[in-house]
Amino acid sequence: MISKVVSGPKEGIAGLESGMTVMFGGFGLCGIPENAIAEISHTDINNLECISNNAGVDDFGLGLLLQNRQIKKMISSYVGENDEFERQMLSGELEVELIPQGTLAERCRAAGAGIPAFFTPAGYGTEVAEGKEVRWFKEKPHILESAFEADFAFVKAWKGDTSGNLVFRGTARNFNPMMAMAGKITVAEVEELLPLGQLDPNEIHTPGIFIQRIFEGPKFEKRIEQVTVRKRS
Amino acid sequence: MLDKNGIAQRIAQELQDGWYVNLGIGIPTLVANYIPENMHVEFQSENGVLGMGPFPFEGEEDADIINAGKQTITTLDGAAFFDSSDSFAMIRGQHVQLTVLGAMEVSENGDIANWKIPGRMVKGMGGAMDLVASADNIIVAMMHTNRKGESKLLKSCTLPLTGVRCVKRVVSNLAVLDITASGFLLKERAPGVEVQEIIDATEGKLIVPNEVPEMIFD
Repeated sequence: MISKVVSGPKEGIAGLESGMTVMFGGFGLCGIPENAIAEISHTDINNLECISNNAGVDDFGLGLLLQNRQIKKMISSYVGENDEFERQMLSGELEVELIPQGTLAERCRAAGAGIPAFFTPAGYGTEVAEGKEVRWFKEKPHILESAFEADFAFVKAWKGDTSGNLVFRGTARNFNPMMAMAGKITVAEVEELLPLGQLDPNEIHTPGIFIQRIFEGPKFEKRIEQVTVRKRS
Repeated sequence: MLDKNGIAQRIAQELQDGWYVNLGIGIPTLVANYIPENMHVEFQSENGVLGMGPFPFEGEEDADIINAGKQTITTLDGAAFFDSSDSFAMIRGQHVQLTVLGAMEVSENGDIANWKIPGRMVKGMGGAMDLVASADNIIVAMMHTNRKGESKLLKSCTLPLTGVRCVKRVVSNLAVLDITASGFLLKERAPGVEVQEIIDATEGKLIVPNEVPEMIFD
């Protein structure tokens, strides 16, 4: 049997080339494949088309690839907290396609589920709908959206096994499961890689069939974007 | 006139027992501080959690548990985590009973703009377009005018739209207004605010009934 387990991020990103379309899981900095991103930032791969809900912050997550000018185009729903992203977008250095968050999720899921296109009400009557087919269902207008195509998907999970089965933790799940389904080659990095039999089949979030490569991340910084706390009374 | 907390407190009066509610970033987040006693509502955050609790105590923050504003949070008993696809199934599928969000502009027919100022500020729409296109019950929490004193309740929005004909009610620092087929209907005044002040601050068509009660707070 061919092993899905690779030695680390370097082997994980093998075959990634300039100009490819790549998905990155995560919401803000939560649940991002930080080892794969760091590895890519050390290569001279560029002109990437990235599909990711956000673009990290200036010095972490996808912000690292933006600073290196490795990204040609970003497809995201929210870029609020990244000044470099906003600067590159407003100056025209970076192509940006902003799309509704639910549409982003569904275009990933559709890609992995064999659904080439679907209708959604999100964005009707806005810039997002420009040039798209409109059809009415149940007396409401909907716009036609298509599935993504991605050469690679990089996802991050809490635990995984050598078959590629994944378990996520908390809100670090976010876009990872549907991006895992969508990638032609999906690379999962996990905090803990377990032998077969150690994960309860009842509790698998993403079945290993969607995963082509898996490795235990050498390091997870898990940076928090907005630490908000309350005082003990 | 209300401050941001006052707006949130007034919106909290709209909550009903058993509702699932999505709160946007900014003033809407404050609504969670004013849930009436003996009422159970569950807050959905579109990044994948139902049953959000208060912020964690210092030292107990967890990088894996955040809200859609990327703030560290806690969860209450009965909470659930899920992926983004399921999250927006809840939203588009109308399983969430109330959506509260902020706005830069609202028009008299219920259009809303809150994600972009061309050439100047681009934050992105996040989940707002999915929320406003799908939810039946949308309340906008906003200041009535901008920093220059110009009305944000307009005949038609000047900024790129987030959604069309979707807002049902606006709660501002000055008033509660419903969106009707014939314009903004003035329902309530904020404490100490005269009707004329609201008329002056509203550019869109405003319908003023003979009696406009002042908001009541406990």
